[in-house]
Amino acid sequence: MIQFDNVTKRFPGGQEAISGLSLTVDKGEMVFVTGHSGAGKSTLLRLIALIERPTSGNVIVDNQNTRRVKRRRIPAYRRQIGMVFQNHMLLYDRPVFDNVALPLVIAGVSYRDAGRRVRAALDQLGLLHKEKRNPQTLSAGEQQRVGIARAIVTRPKVLIADEPTGNLDPDLSLEVMRIFRRFNEVGVTLLIASHDISLIDRLGCRRIALEDGKLQEEVEPWL
Amino acid sequence: MALTRNADAVAPIQSSGMFSIWLHRHASTCVGALGRLFRQPFASLMIILVIGVTLALPAAINVMVKNAQTVSESWSNALDFSVYMRRGLSVNEAEGLAGLIGQRADIESVELITADEALVEFKLQSGFGAALDQLGENPLPHALVVRPDPGNTSASLILLQEEIGNLPEVELVQVDTEWVQRFHAILDIVRKAIVIGSVLLGIAIVVVIGNTIRLDIENRREEIEVTKLIGASNAFVRRPFLWTGFWYGLIGGLFALALVQYGLYLLKDPVARLAGLYQGRVSVVSLGISETLIIVGVAVFLGLFASWTAAARHMRRIEPR
Repeated sequence: MIQFDNVTKRFPGGQEAISGLSLTVDKGEMVFVTGHSGAGKSTLLRLIALIERPTSGNVIVDNQNTRRVKRRRIPAYRRQIGMVFQNHMLLYDRPVFDNVALPLVIAGVSYRDAGRRVRAALDQLGLLHKEKRNPQTLSAGEQQRVGIARAIVTRPKVLIADEPTGNLDPDLSLEVMRIFRRFNEVGVTLLIASHDISLIDRLGCRRIALEDGKLQEEVEPWL
Repeated sequence: MALTRNADAVAPIQSSGMFSIWLHRHASTCVGALGRLFRQPFASLMIILVIGVTLALPAAINVMVKNAQTVSESWSNALDFSVYMRRGLSVNEAEGLAGLIGQRADIESVELITADEALVEFKLQSGFGAALDQLGENPLPHALVVRPDPGNTSASLILLQEEIGNLPEVELVQVDTEWVQRFHAILDIVRKAIVIGSVLLGIAIVVVIGNTIRLDIENRREEIEVTKLIGASNAFVRRPFLWTGFWYGLIGGLFALALVQYGLYLLKDPVARLAGLYQGRVSVVSLGISETLIIVGVAVFLGLFASWTAAARHMRRIEPR
């Protein structure tokens, strides 16, 4: 589903965030990317989301080489991927419902359908009773769940998450990871960047460790 | 909470038809943009004031020119002209002719100035009194000052003047229309100046709206970044700003109309008084339907144009980081 083929990302300053990285995430897999800050985790995800383009090598997502996605087509490409961010990236000028509905509005889903889908997504994350609240009035864990609801409301095949538990306490972190696990069980491919190795080990998923933009080690799943 | 139990959650996304999506998106952004204006009433009011006043200026001057034109047209149709008789006619004959002309339906009044009266007046006004005394006889003819009926058209007026000129007793018909022509030439210049001024003011409006939209885009930078991050196209993020420009233009244009109409309303009574003094039928001509549509249309166009250019310029630069 996600394939990195000898990918290098060099920034204008000359430093390489990713150096000759090759990896594969199969369809329906749930994989963690670990490493210290600056190891290239975020860049890896940004290459998948086409926020960055590789300096060399190929990034292939769902059989599409991102190199061949023209600038004009980037929005349509991004709509296929669910994205979750450490700082939630919610819009605080509108209620939870509108935040979650945004990808559907962008995709042009009819109002009635959108309402049903948003409520279904909120229900999955236990936020149905908070749909009218402003995200600012919610706890960090709840805000992250709103972010996840927004990422999955369009039913993407691929979901990427950059430090989704970075601001959460251990209990909330585990809860968020369990939510991801549930999506994985219904066939969503997940790639999650995290530095919380103890938490990851409890989930028993494949883990890719990066260091200085290179593959350091790969820990196979024990589940 | 079990994922698979929820049918809505797993059903594939069904997009409605392209056109209805497009229409629906526009309808909701259109209303949304209006709502946003109302949520910042002070800032919106300022912009609308600027647009309104800027558009009202040329529109008001245009109405004034139009009024001046109608008034001056009615003047030229009711303009007095002088009829000079052949010399050697007696006062009686002159009075007879004056009576005859005065009876016509297309003439309002006729005033006879006999040769003697004219000479007295000329002596008084010219200062050649002594020189004129040297002349053995009065060189001046009897004259009539004819005021045509205001119902005359310019064509019937020319006919009337020709007819009187062809009378055997009449030497010359003199129409003093030169100053009316000058007045019209001035109006022409003013009209051209309005066009030039309007273009400049239009540029000013584009700059003002464009700048406001630019600030608006800056303020909503985060929102734009997030929406682009989750797959919004440039067109999608641009749309609310286009509608904002549209509303600025529309409301500003309507405000300009209101200003002009209010100005005309204020002028109605003084003009009526003036008309009363001149016993004329001067009435204020207001904006016609086509002019109304032009003002609003131009305002909307400027709003859209300004927001389009601003959005196109700034939107591209804002990409997710």
